[in-house]
Amino acid sequence: MKRMKGVSVPHLKSTADSAPTYMTDLDIAIYPMTQHIGAPATPVRQKGDTVCVGTLLAKGTGTVSSPIYSGVSGTVEKIEEVLLSSGNYVPAVFIKPDGAMTPDPGLAPVQLTDTKSFVEAVRESGVVGLGGAGFPTGVKLDVGDPCRIQEIVINGAECEPYITSDTRTMLDRSQDILEGIHLLQKYLGAKKIIIGVEKNKPQCIRAMKQIAGSGGGVVVKELPSIYPQGAEKVLIYHTTGKVVPEGGLPIDVGVIVLNCTTLATIARYIRTGMPLVDKCVTVDGSAVANPQNVIVPIGATLQAVFDFCGGFKSQPGKVLYGGPMMGVSVPDLHMPVLKQTNALLALDVRDAAPVDATNCIRCGRCTNICPIGLAPVSIAVAYGSGSMEALQKVHANLCMECGCCSYVCPAKRPLVQQNKLAKAALAAWHKQKSKK
Amino acid sequence: MDQKLQITVSPHIRSSITTGGIMLDVVIALLPALAAAVWLFGARALYITAICVLACVLSELIFQLITKRTPSIGDLSAVVTGMLLAFNLPVSILEWQAIVGSVVAIVIVKQLFGGIGCNFANPAITARIVLLLSFSQSMTYWTKPAGFSSGDLISSATPLALAAQGTEKLPPLFDLAIGKHAGCMGETCALALLIGGVYLLIRRVITWHTPVAFIGTVFLISFFAGDFSLETALYQILSGGLMLGAFFMATDYATSPPTGWGKLLFGIGCGVITVAIRLWGTYPEGVSFAILIMNILTPYITKLCARKVFGAVRAEKVQKT
Repeated sequence: MKRMKGVSVPHLKSTADSAPTYMTDLDIAIYPMTQHIGAPATPVRQKGDTVCVGTLLAKGTGTVSSPIYSGVSGTVEKIEEVLLSSGNYVPAVFIKPDGAMTPDPGLAPVQLTDTKSFVEAVRESGVVGLGGAGFPTGVKLDVGDPCRIQEIVINGAECEPYITSDTRTMLDRSQDILEGIHLLQKYLGAKKIIIGVEKNKPQCIRAMKQIAGSGGGVVVKELPSIYPQGAEKVLIYHTTGKVVPEGGLPIDVGVIVLNCTTLATIARYIRTGMPLVDKCVTVDGSAVANPQNVIVPIGATLQAVFDFCGGFKSQPGKVLYGGPMMGVSVPDLHMPVLKQTNALLALDVRDAAPVDATNCIRCGRCTNICPIGLAPVSIAVAYGSGSMEALQKVHANLCMECGCCSYVCPAKRPLVQQNKLAKAALAAWHKQKSKK
Repeated sequence: MDQKLQITVSPHIRSSITTGGIMLDVVIALLPALAAAVWLFGARALYITAICVLACVLSELIFQLITKRTPSIGDLSAVVTGMLLAFNLPVSILEWQAIVGSVVAIVIVKQLFGGIGCNFANPAITARIVLLLSFSQSMTYWTKPAGFSSGDLISSATPLALAAQGTEKLPPLFDLAIGKHAGCMGETCALALLIGGVYLLIRRVITWHTPVAFIGTVFLISFFAGDFSLETALYQILSGGLMLGAFFMATDYATSPPTGWGKLLFGIGCGVITVAIRLWGTYPEGVSFAILIMNILTPYITKLCARKVFGAVRAEKVQKT
């Protein structure tokens, strides 16, 4: 099997040995109604309501959506619009924590009977793709006939630099992952389960092999540490050899991919009834005083999390949700930790210094390393020409924005940015065409 | 916190590769050949190279100032062009002719098309051809390598010219490899060029595809056309501008295809044209013409050898669904 291309990025996973500590002391917790792909959730609490850890704050609206639960106990202070890193304003529930972190008394282990009840439970757990994508997992697992599922791939690649929160899940919560695997086998009839882990995490491979050994139908696949190993299409190809066709979903080739933390969180919900209320977050970057893994109640502000880690040792120039390859930079530190936040990075002013783009020298590095086989140079030409047919011809829509092209570009051109613009233009064009 | 945070699109880290770094590597890779040129042809080789480099850098700077563009001489690409052009000239070239060549390379071939990365033909190659056609006499006045005693230059024919005339007295292969024969000042020492080429390969500035395909094609065709004589084949790959062309000129980013298959095809094309000109053409040497012709074909090769897109559905099918 041919290996898909990519780049060797620095690993920078110095927090891998840092067992997470719990952060409980919060001044405020903020829950934006969009913490997933799909329709925003609808708030079900009002100002003055008392809530506990695990109390439903907002229910999912429509098919593709996800409920949101409180990560702290306290009182609802207000419901107000907040700015998200996407640039959109969405309503958010603000909770004034009482500091007690009392769990909701109504929480109880979930009783499962069949596939339908399992999928419904996953929907109710509030779990979304915790690798960073944020697609509601309940929607992903709702494939109609479970016989369509031939393989389930558990994503433990964690290919982004710095991030070690999945590493900690694999090390500290391997029993949760094992329970999750049993659930998948029992309720989705998964015949083959593949756990994909990058080779640079030997201790995780050992932990996963241990749990795989105790049950049939589970294999651990060691993956080369080439970024973007954890990207869905790349992972599927390297674990199953299958190619997800353009415009298709993994289930079209009989595969479902679940992030390891996603699976562990589902298992915890079924066992205890505690929905997704906290996240293991890697706090790292050149500006952070004490880089470490922290279990943060969802809703905590970035400022609070960085303060918990000893504050900044130097002026931060850029703060990111997620890793440096695909992470999103945030305008201020009052934003909260979201469901899909797996890392918070603060880069110092020097690391965040903007780079000036110069002429493309047509060296072809971007074209040669693109995992998907796209040619960012051709996309640039097509986008510049304004011809949507040309953009479609170079398959700009297939770009997964992994960042490899921008990373290797010697002229430091903003290739990912250009691809995003091209994708948006193409999507708008297709939408307009289908209207006619 | 008073200072504002930066908002940019991902990725937030970049590799350490820069345009200037790549060009610096090429300059370093050309140094062994420059040293060999000085050893073979005397201090004048260094003098001519300096003139070409200076003329290239200055004409780039002046052009960019006149056209109100951001000067980009810091990326060292003009230095590379100057060195390559000098290496493609006989040591006896007149200073003003070298300067004309430099201006043609930088202003006409490179800057008028938009600067670095936008030119469709290799500047040094094109300038060499312009000089060859304009000043045929001084461009084909070859001298025997005389070392530092360059007081008087002794006229001599290049090995390829000798071979074309069918002369029996060809220089031995060893002399060809170390460059002790007449020719352009930077192209004769195959060994020094090979060292530079290997350096570029190690530094991953170039890939093996173009040089291997180019030199391999010349070797194979000469081998078969030369009655299966290994000596003839070796003679062909060690003489003329082949090493310089294959490692330093045909690998030029802007004027060659980006993908591996494209580079192979490009290299094979260069090889075929080179041998065809050498064996059956009027000119004794064909490397520059071969590269120029393949430069022009590059957009088509690029299109032909585009990478297969992972999971792509053909455009017609997309429209149907």
